[in-house]
Amino acid sequence: MSGAAAVTSNTYYKAKRAALNVAIHLFLVGVAITCLYPLLWMVSSSLKTQQTIFTDISLMPHPAHFENYIDAWRTGGFGRYFLNSIFYTVSVVVGILLIASLAGYAFSRFRFRGRTVLFIMFIAAMMIPVPGSFVALSVLLNKLHLRNTPLGYILCMINVGLPMSIFLIKTFFDTMPREIEDAARIDGCSKIGMWRHVALPLARPVLAVVVVFNALNVWNEYLLALIVFHDKNLMPLQRALMVFRGEFLTNYPLLMAGLTITALPIIIVYLAMQKHIVRGVTAVFG
Amino acid sequence: MKLESTLKSTLENYGFIFPAVLIFSLFYIYPFVQIFHLSFFDWDGIVPFKDAVPVGWGNFKEIFSQDPTWWQATRNAGFITVIALTFQNILAFLLALACDREIRMKNFYCLTFFIPVVLSEIVVGMTWRFLINDFDGANVVNRMLGALSLSHLAHHWLFDPRTALTTVALVHCWKGFGWGFLIFLAGLQTIPRELYEAARVDGASAWETFRNITVPLIMPVMGLVAILTVLGTMQIFALIIGLVGGEFAGHTSVPVLRILASMQGSSRFGYACAQGMTFGMILVTLSFFQYRLARRARV
Repeated sequence: MSGAAAVTSNTYYKAKRAALNVAIHLFLVGVAITCLYPLLWMVSSSLKTQQTIFTDISLMPHPAHFENYIDAWRTGGFGRYFLNSIFYTVSVVVGILLIASLAGYAFSRFRFRGRTVLFIMFIAAMMIPVPGSFVALSVLLNKLHLRNTPLGYILCMINVGLPMSIFLIKTFFDTMPREIEDAARIDGCSKIGMWRHVALPLARPVLAVVVVFNALNVWNEYLLALIVFHDKNLMPLQRALMVFRGEFLTNYPLLMAGLTITALPIIIVYLAMQKHIVRGVTAVFG
Repeated sequence: MKLESTLKSTLENYGFIFPAVLIFSLFYIYPFVQIFHLSFFDWDGIVPFKDAVPVGWGNFKEIFSQDPTWWQATRNAGFITVIALTFQNILAFLLALACDREIRMKNFYCLTFFIPVVLSEIVVGMTWRFLINDFDGANVVNRMLGALSLSHLAHHWLFDPRTALTTVALVHCWKGFGWGFLIFLAGLQTIPRELYEAARVDGASAWETFRNITVPLIMPVMGLVAILTVLGTMQIFALIIGLVGGEFAGHTSVPVLRILASMQGSSRFGYACAQGMTFGMILVTLSFFQYRLARRARV
């Protein structure tokens, strides 16, 4: 091939590639705007008034009525629901961390009768959908007098997160060499001591994944909150939003403020922990 | 002494898994067994269970022969699933392909596409309802139609029986495509770059490379995404509560909403369990066939 021809075909390819790049970026930017616009709309609507929300379609309302948030927090009750959601999320995540790390560590390291069967049971629970189980669950909660109690909700949600968390932690320890613990064992460390002082610090990356996924899951959960609670004061945000919409059908600025209060923490957690989410998806599906 | 220490060690081992097994047995296995049991009774969930009336296969007979609303709900969920399988997954795959190359702002795209996934169904449903349904002035879709001089098509998308279900399906796709995108992207990135390099050296066109390298290697991931999409979409319900508020006289009813209605609306716990069992069997059958299909495609 002569030098000149190579140069022409090179510029041709460069132009073609540039055009393709522009098209791809247009496509990606278009989808990205579709993802972000509803959120911007939600936030800006929460700063409008009952009158302007019907007519003002700008994303930057002027003046911005930040007092909507104070109203939503106090009179709308979202302050209470927010704290409920925080309490449930933290309790469930701490519970899962403790219980799943104990179990995941044991499934990976110890040899005992029934080990395989029990582990397969947890895996099967991850795979088999049981769409009607909430009916039986509500009967059980009634029997245990855990209906309409925070403890009932927290235990149910710990159960929801356990199988996946145990699976993640067990597979993580499977890839860890045992030699690290041998030193501790020779030093006379007990099993629980090894879990506490050797295993847990080592497992920090996978525990972060467990925390993020379960926190998102609890914060966004709706079905069990619907089954467990009928007392408004105990409800988490997702459930309270529906009740609020039922009671104040037309108070859109406050509803939008409530939605923003519900969505914002999760977006912040997501932005801060994004790499763990990507790692989690790769660990489970990769 | 020896025996004592072995015993202690065994007890210790079980101590580690005991909390997990206890919670799991109580809140997963027991309800699991209970739905089988309850689905053969006529029980309102209020009177003591010993007064419940055993009806044999009665509940199931009713589902299969006298409950058109159940099958309408299943069809609705099936319709949403078909849209998710095609539109949502093709979109996710195209976006993943676009991001699986040296491209600027890649991190921004990855970050943005997953935001709808981390939001709750209730938040997404309420926000979109506000955007496309509640107010004429604010309705973004109607405004765009107006700008395209198609304002005669503008209407309340969710309160029109003809468009309600499709609107639900599209919002569901908006919320869910980030999952497929992330899994596809992870899959694409495991394809060794040398293969593309070798194909280019051999003079293969972009299409040939795509057809003969990318597609066969991404097939298993497609199967996985398809199964996850079906399981996730068939069980849709909270998004519909947020968007529409409920079943909309059957136009947007889905199986989970039907089960909830049997349980909370008409207080028929046994029937609700039978519906749950039926639905569980449908889901297991669907994923089994998909799994077979995916395996065949791989060979």
